[in-house]
Amino acid sequence: MRYLTARKRAEGKGASHSGTEHHWSMTLSAVGLAFMVPAWLYIFGSALGGSRAEVIETFSHPFPAILSALVLVIGMRHFAMGATGMIEDYLHGTARKMAVIFVISLAWVVGAIGIFALLKIAL
Amino acid sequence: MAEAKRIERPLSPHLQIYRWHIPMLTSILTRVTGHGLVAGVLLGIWWLFAAATSEAHFAIANAVATSWFGDLVFTGSLWAVWYHYLAGLRHLYYDAGKGLDIPTAEKLGWACLIGSVVLTVITILLVQ
Repeated sequence: MRYLTARKRAEGKGASHSGTEHHWSMTLSAVGLAFMVPAWLYIFGSALGGSRAEVIETFSHPFPAILSALVLVIGMRHFAMGATGMIEDYLHGTARKMAVIFVISLAWVVGAIGIFALLKIAL
Repeated sequence: MAEAKRIERPLSPHLQIYRWHIPMLTSILTRVTGHGLVAGVLLGIWWLFAAATSEAHFAIANAVATSWFGDLVFTGSLWAVWYHYLAGLRHLYYDAGKGLDIPTAEKLGWACLIGSVVLTVITILLVQ
């Protein structure tokens, strides 16, 4: 049996087993999104309801295209990490692993589809 | 084994035991709105993808996105994003160690609830 003091077990880890990395990452993405989301809502909301030509016109400009890509990528990362946190609160064992894999995959797939669409429109 | 000492600690009661109050409701709503936003994201991304691919595909996606169902999803998502936004700012304020006393926490909760509705209405008026 290894001799581990209570301090040695706890040091740099805490209940999450990964320190404050997750929390800090959520803080970073939250602050980034807080700056970007209001402008993005205005752009997306204005484009919604338009004809296909109008939609393509909107998202072919650099600012709406780059802003949408940033909101999408950072937003999907924020979602994947937040959803992982929720799953870890309520599910255990294999169900937890499967649910975490599902939400992270969903975030990647949605991100990839969105980036493809933005690139195809903008370039 | 790393787990040398297992102390029998009292468990806190599940949340259904407690009377509902504003800080609790607004905390749970943060999680609900964050996850509910998936609906708006899926519909929005489909619509954008359709616009990028073809006229026929866009006609279908746009019909759904601008139908009563689309209006419901996007209006709900708009409220959810504003609620999550304000609750997130509140979270950052809490993280700074401020606003944690009960009267202030209750005021901040009401600010999230009322503020999200106000911002939703303003956004709809701006983009329509």
